[in-house]
Amino acid sequence: MALDDTKKTREFKVVGTRPDRPDGIDKVTGRARFGADMVAPGMLTGRILRSPHAHARIVRIDASKAKALSGVKAVVTRADFGEVPEDVADVLDNCMAGDKVLYDGHAVAAVAASSPAVARKALKLIEVEYEVLPHVTDVDEAIKPDAPVLHEGRQQETVPEGMSQNVIARSEFGHGDIEAGLKQADRVVERTYRTAATHQGYIEPHACLATMGSDGRADLWVCTQGHYMVRNTCAAILGMEQGQLRVTASEIGGGFGGKTVVFLEPVALMLAKKAGRPVKMVMSRSEVLRATGPTSSTSIDVKIGMTKDGKITAGFAELRYQGGAYPGSPVDMGAMSGFAPYDLENVKTLGWDVVTNRPKAAAYRAPGAPMAAFAIESAIDEAAKGFGLDPLEVRLMNGADEGTKASYGPTYPAIGLKATLEAAKLHPHWSAPLGENQGRGVACGFWFNFGGDTCVSLNITPDGTVTVSEGNPDIGGSRASMTMMAAEELGIPYDQVRTIIADTGSLGQNEVTDGSRVTFAVGLATIKAAEAAKKEMCRRAALVWGIDEEAVEWEDGAARPAGPNAGKFPPMTLKEIAAIASNTGGPIAGHHEVNAEGAGVSFATHMVDVELDRDTGSTKILRYTVFQDAGKAVHPSYVEGQFQGGAVQGIGWALNEEYIYGDDGILQNAGFLDYRIPVASDLPMIDTVILEIPNPGHPYGVRGVGETSIVPPLAAIANAVSEAAGVRMTQLPMSPPRVLAALQAKAES
Amino acid sequence: MSQLHVTTKINGDETEFLCEAEDTLLDVLRDRLGLTGTKEGCGTGDCGACSVAVDGRLVCSCLMLGAEAEGRDIATIEGMATGDQLHPLQQKFIEMAALQCGICTPGILVAAQSLLERNPDPSEEEVRYWLAGNLCRCTGYDKIIRAVMETAADMRRAS
Amino acid sequence: MVEVLLWGSLADQAEGARKVEVEAATLRELLDGLGEKFPGLRPELERGVSVSIDGRVYNDSWFQPIAPDSEVVLLKRLKGG
Repeated sequence: MALDDTKKTREFKVVGTRPDRPDGIDKVTGRARFGADMVAPGMLTGRILRSPHAHARIVRIDASKAKALSGVKAVVTRADFGEVPEDVADVLDNCMAGDKVLYDGHAVAAVAASSPAVARKALKLIEVEYEVLPHVTDVDEAIKPDAPVLHEGRQQETVPEGMSQNVIARSEFGHGDIEAGLKQADRVVERTYRTAATHQGYIEPHACLATMGSDGRADLWVCTQGHYMVRNTCAAILGMEQGQLRVTASEIGGGFGGKTVVFLEPVALMLAKKAGRPVKMVMSRSEVLRATGPTSSTSIDVKIGMTKDGKITAGFAELRYQGGAYPGSPVDMGAMSGFAPYDLENVKTLGWDVVTNRPKAAAYRAPGAPMAAFAIESAIDEAAKGFGLDPLEVRLMNGADEGTKASYGPTYPAIGLKATLEAAKLHPHWSAPLGENQGRGVACGFWFNFGGDTCVSLNITPDGTVTVSEGNPDIGGSRASMTMMAAEELGIPYDQVRTIIADTGSLGQNEVTDGSRVTFAVGLATIKAAEAAKKEMCRRAALVWGIDEEAVEWEDGAARPAGPNAGKFPPMTLKEIAAIASNTGGPIAGHHEVNAEGAGVSFATHMVDVELDRDTGSTKILRYTVFQDAGKAVHPSYVEGQFQGGAVQGIGWALNEEYIYGDDGILQNAGFLDYRIPVASDLPMIDTVILEIPNPGHPYGVRGVGETSIVPPLAAIANAVSEAAGVRMTQLPMSPPRVLAALQAKAES
Repeated sequence: MSQLHVTTKINGDETEFLCEAEDTLLDVLRDRLGLTGTKEGCGTGDCGACSVAVDGRLVCSCLMLGAEAEGRDIATIEGMATGDQLHPLQQKFIEMAALQCGICTPGILVAAQSLLERNPDPSEEEVRYWLAGNLCRCTGYDKIIRAVMETAADMRRAS
Repeated sequence: MVEVLLWGSLADQAEGARKVEVEAATLRELLDGLGEKFPGLRPELERGVSVSIDGRVYNDSWFQPIAPDSEVVLLKRLKGG
């Protein structure tokens, strides 16, 4: 459906303010119920046995000893699952291995037992015989013709013949003539960049509680970004009808894309089915790191041609992303987004999707984009600085604007890139002096943003308060923004509305909380549902007044006669209309169901100051400012929170975080001690500047904000560290040993 | 399999429970006493989501055995508010949007309370180092640090 | 006729054409028309695509109207986190 609402210039009363979030008290008192916080009578503990090998054929599984152990109520292996539809075949194989294990931590069997202790003991009694196979975890190794092959016959028709079967797909974007563009350049920067795999690092491990009756009806309580997705996927894997599986989303302790797929849920349902009892499963942190969905590690070649005035004459990038054990790395998103901030005559990107013996990559906040931006924004920076040009001015000169033909194809409508760059230029941060061993970096970033299937139901209670039911887990304050938009549209106070996240039995299909879609799409449906309720309330008032419903309008929370000919009636408030609803036709509600297409793209510019310790190679972030277009900030505090959170995840990615595999293909740092995410003492305050260039596809102008904020930091920090070090850093993370090595190499040369 | 009998005090209430020798205090709180406000993020003492105060000392409840609670005085997030009166830190966290998903929030509040009991006027650096054992992945810590410092200022003014 | 811009690797499957023309007034007619005219595109169309119509991205809406002078770009299916 097209969203051609003409943007009204309107004065907002609620939108743009900063009210307390409705779930605040539950979350500061410990009352909020997250995935692992639910219990059921007779509940069993489910646990998973995982592969100790990176790549092996499963010769035999003997669970007889485990089954004989007192307290063990069910054991599940792949043999318990039947044939499944093709679109969930990899999902099932990832949840429970078939013929082969494909990575360290791959699930091979599961038990349900009367206690955690019995479950642990049972896992040790399951005998698995493996035939160990050669493995490959590095993306550049995996594409070599003689690399160990994970899957035969999965290569797409887009891949030229003769390449390793691990290369699954090729994608290519762009326009113009790269060679001709490079000839016009006064300087060409050509480099290869590498980034390590990182994890979303949500603090809440995956957890669920499944029950299934012998009649085939099942319930699932689960921590997920999308309980409708969980329902549909699990139903397909278990051969159930979707209507027989009701899924309720718990509060969610972070996701960032990592909870957009299933890992435990089909297994928990199968255990519950076999045991005839509720089964709760909770991952340990090491299971989260070994066997959920980190992002790709990448290797990217970039070629940038620039004139001495700073004009980019050609931009080329070849991107290789390993997406773990199954096809589908986000390389195409990287290839489409990397040059999106620029207006280029000659631009081309080439992406290769590669499989390796690592856990299957899941989405991670703007999946695929940060790595491409790291490589491309680093090269642009190097080219600009090579001519002694101001990196912000060079970005402004080449920046995309309304009417620019984007590197991925379409022509942009009104966009906010240059607004973020102009704001950056004027900000005191840009002109602040730097000290010794310090450097400043800037970079731009882009993300598409999505809409998708969305349902909202808005009900007026008899006393005239309002309840809103929506189907997207509240991962960062979205109940507050929905409540605000409903209150805004109805013209009533914020505290008169309560928003809940409904289970899958209560609303139609809802797309996952992803693609920065919720405030945009669910907000849109909330506004439309409120409009429907207003229309009905105007009709009721018209009935009471005995006038045409067209002669009634809604303003400031009340129905009013519209114009002098409608008659003189005092306004009838929402509460007054609600009180007589039974007398005027029955309960009043509004609802809206839509595939909310037409989300607006979003841009950001980040600026960062760093200081290097030349003795240890460690990098301190001194100052950080985010400039981003939010379209319209519904609750500015939570928009700032998204900007700050994305920037800090980017800081972790740039400086510390990495998946480290040994030569044996085993993950060596599966814990928060060794997989180190940023802590409070690593960081300064993160300043934010919210730009508001309205999205014409949303009644209030809202754009998604969640993902764009992680796109620029990798490059911004690399540009800052490179300046401070006097050496171009091309590999992430820029951990102390790596920076120290770069400094030493420079000193020796 | 003989369980251990433990007598302790939790949020001011005399409490008895049975536990396995291997059960952590976190297991006991969550699975035996139904106090699920204390969260498990790692089980290895790295994330601070399970922070509680034991005899006034901040500890990761995943690193202490349940049996070690014998005779102690334990404070969890569930005891932070007084009736329907939120602790100033709780109130300020809501007002200043110092939480997004909320999973780290109980541990951070317990840790911050422990800091303010010791140091009513902490510098930003002191707050950052005190909370360095509490991981938050959503907020980038900015609003958390500000909320703790503002609460400290409010509490100083009020006292 | 609607002019559709194809991304590079997809162009290879459409006899090398970066721009193709199909008779279509809606998104559904466009996707059906592409598959019919260029059978080489079918695997990618079946894997799922996104379509930009005048700068707005659509995934599934069959009856989204397309004007003859609309700018239409076939994109890889967008994913988010």
